[in-house]
Amino acid sequence: MSKKSQAMDSDSTGAALDDAPLAEAVQAALAEASRQGASAAEAAASLGQGLSVNVRMGEVETVEHTRDRGLVVSVYFGQCTGSASTSDYAPAAVREAVLAACSIARYTQEDSCHGLADPERLATDAVDLDLDLYHPWRPSVDEARDLALVCEDKALSADARIDNSEGASVDAHEGCEVYGNTHGFIGYTRKSRQGISCSVIGTENGAMQRDYWYSAARRFGELDSAAEVGEQAAARTLRRLGSRRIPTCQVPVIYEAPVASSLLSHFIGAVSGGALYRKATFLLDHLGKQVFPEFVRIHEQPLLIGAMGSSSFDNEGVATAPRDIVSDGVLRSYVLGSYSARRLEMETTGNAGGVHNLTIDSGEQDLEALIKGIEKGLLVTELIGFGVNTVTGDYSRGVSGLWIENGEIVHPVEEVTVAGNLKDIFSNIVAVANDVDPRRNIRCGSIRVDGLTIAGE
Amino acid sequence: MTDTFKLVTDTLLVPAGLETSDIDRLMGRLLSQDIDYADLYFQYSRQEGWALEDGAVKSGSRSTDQGVGLRAVSGEKTGFAYSDEFVLPALAQAADAARAIAKSGGTTSPVQWRNAKSPPLYTPADPLSSLSDQDKVELLQAVEVQARACDPRVSQVMASLAAVHDVVLVARSDGQMTADVRPLVRLNVTVIVEQNGRREQGSYGGGGRFGYAWLREEDRAGSYAREAVRQALVNLEAVDSPAGTMTVVLGPGWPGILLHEAIGHGLEGDFNRKGTSAFSGRIGEQVASPECTVVDNGTIADRRGSLTVDDEGTPSQNTVLIENGVLKGYMQDTLNARLTGTASTGNGRRESYAHLPMPRMTNTYMLAGSHDPGEITASVDQGLYAVNFSGGQVDITSGKFVFSASEAYRIEKGKIGAPVKGATLIGNGPDVLTRVAMVGNDLELDSGVGTCGKEGQSVPVGVGQPTLRIDGLTVGGVEV
Repeated sequence: MSKKSQAMDSDSTGAALDDAPLAEAVQAALAEASRQGASAAEAAASLGQGLSVNVRMGEVETVEHTRDRGLVVSVYFGQCTGSASTSDYAPAAVREAVLAACSIARYTQEDSCHGLADPERLATDAVDLDLDLYHPWRPSVDEARDLALVCEDKALSADARIDNSEGASVDAHEGCEVYGNTHGFIGYTRKSRQGISCSVIGTENGAMQRDYWYSAARRFGELDSAAEVGEQAAARTLRRLGSRRIPTCQVPVIYEAPVASSLLSHFIGAVSGGALYRKATFLLDHLGKQVFPEFVRIHEQPLLIGAMGSSSFDNEGVATAPRDIVSDGVLRSYVLGSYSARRLEMETTGNAGGVHNLTIDSGEQDLEALIKGIEKGLLVTELIGFGVNTVTGDYSRGVSGLWIENGEIVHPVEEVTVAGNLKDIFSNIVAVANDVDPRRNIRCGSIRVDGLTIAGE
Repeated sequence: MTDTFKLVTDTLLVPAGLETSDIDRLMGRLLSQDIDYADLYFQYSRQEGWALEDGAVKSGSRSTDQGVGLRAVSGEKTGFAYSDEFVLPALAQAADAARAIAKSGGTTSPVQWRNAKSPPLYTPADPLSSLSDQDKVELLQAVEVQARACDPRVSQVMASLAAVHDVVLVARSDGQMTADVRPLVRLNVTVIVEQNGRREQGSYGGGGRFGYAWLREEDRAGSYAREAVRQALVNLEAVDSPAGTMTVVLGPGWPGILLHEAIGHGLEGDFNRKGTSAFSGRIGEQVASPECTVVDNGTIADRRGSLTVDDEGTPSQNTVLIENGVLKGYMQDTLNARLTGTASTGNGRRESYAHLPMPRMTNTYMLAGSHDPGEITASVDQGLYAVNFSGGQVDITSGKFVFSASEAYRIEKGKIGAPVKGATLIGNGPDVLTRVAMVGNDLELDSGVGTCGKEGQSVPVGVGQPTLRIDGLTVGGVEV
């Protein structure tokens, strides 16, 4: 059951990352834990490497070669646990990490909920599942630089008002990971991630604005072209020029797709095991209750081929499966790992380490149609600050965006906040557009929410 | 050799079998004719964390990370590679990757090493072993007991204890070799209180560059527990925050996060060299009311944001950023100082060997003014009094910043009134300090829990300020 994924790709040159030393380090850690008398143990080893080339104002600024290793081991002595990590796979370092974890376990206190995932939930049949996530691309520094130069040049030459740049980058990254535990499970994953990004500055009447754009995918061939990324970055900066404040008001707000995903992150935070068993969430005891309007469905798609958030097992080796978290607007399931599930006397949902391709289903409308439907309102394009309280749901964040009047964008807006309570925000979602942002683990389109307060002049 | 050098070479080089001649060889490999500057950053870092909830310390972890970052700079170009393997072939490979930035090859004359010594601002002792593991567990349990003893409405107590021991050696192409050993500890307490089905939280913590013993002195751990409970209980009574532009009085200490976001980031040398900051090219201009003097001071003993030397081996400084309202200077690392013809101010910092250094803050604060804090609140007819914050962020190009209050009150006719729910304050960095109407005489530094993020890199920092009255900040509440 420990056969490795064979996915390879025509983009790649050179050998795939060698995960044999990772598997050896994991096995060595588990064996050492047993020798030390641990009743159970789990370990994960990872190796990543990549190249990042950044250009600015037509010249190379930084060339970074990255290569990272890590091993983390958790040991259980009955119901006491300890963990340790190291960046070194040498046998002595692995042993030292296990001893450090064991020493901590001697001082931690018993908790009957600790332990490995239940064996029948492990992804024993899924470890060979090929989700097509590994397409290494290993450009030369010159190749990456040339792409970044095209990208930045496209942005800088878009308009005379674009007069400065924070640069354009091309990133190529690949990594592999091995997870094993003393139930005999061992699972391998390999992933690649390529990206092109660009951030430029424009000036109008002495006031500067900056915006950016990026494309990211597992496969180089699926990236938007460098020129398209540069054009987008310039267009986004240009539409912010001439930003001004607006008076304090209550109007409909559209969160543009790239920032709308933050609302789903807050939702997941509020239905996650840790917040629930600590009673530190405004969605406590909401299972089976209406949280969103009836048209809303939020679900996980962990087995999507080639997607950014795909995985056939979670951080504890538990098999993942497509499932609804919200359907007909009703909260159907929490987001749990084994520990929090036991605390809540429930079953793990395969979410140790987070959600996988969390998706909110879109309606028929595109973003333009959402804008057309608003008489006076704000299209939010950037959020800043951390004013979100998961215990109470209180929400207040800085935003910039575009003011809408009679279904048209009339001018850019800055230095205002939007505030409300997340419970109301969720129930006041009016529409989800079909402009899904595919670059991230949370897949969602632009979202219209009514009833928020905008604080300004 | 100083003791620090011996400790650092014994920790970093000796176990790997590396000698000074190997550093020579690596530097020789990194340098070529058109490399202006190069450095090697050796780091060995140990960390631990212990966490309590439900009255028991249920988890703990320890980690070890080591590696070498190799950087070569040619003009505005930087080549960078790192290795977590302390072996010569891996390091030589990394050096070759980093130097590939240079156009031409050729060799340079060997570097003559000299050890630069600065008087240490903190103890080199390992904080992880400054207390027995049993005592760490008992410290956390005592925090829980003290928090629960404060009030029966406390329903959850979460506490965490963390320590880092960082050993670094910086070898530069100008021959300067610098060693630093940095301890850091932190205790955080979060409580949840419950009353008639309503839940609220409060958090407090503290720490600095010393061993765990400091947390047990003067009942500090207990005082953090009580402060977390006090904040949570205040929030149980909080009503919706007002929305709109109004006069805001900020309390002393941690609200200095305002300075960090509103002006600190905008005065970092990299943004100003590139002209991307709203403060670019404004040295000598009046950017604040004449009562405002703001410094970045990395030289305060034992503070969380302090550094004996920065991550490029430059001794930290007390840098005046704004003096009597006039913009005086930026914070620089070696790269940006060289490109702008100034000197490094000891603000070159990096998260680890695997990250490139850049200009970062240390402890950023405003000096005390002349007003009694009571006089300041009494002077406000209608406004907001904000004393605790959870975090902030800035867009350095447009200058817009936000920071989020976790404890705030209405001011009505000069009196502090009802507590209000967390509101985000938003403003414009280059003009917010021009709206400072009064500066208190009660300068305080924060308790030692701040972490600053920039371009994905986190570093420990400090902030501080006296009580401030600012006329015309936007409060992002819901009550119109």
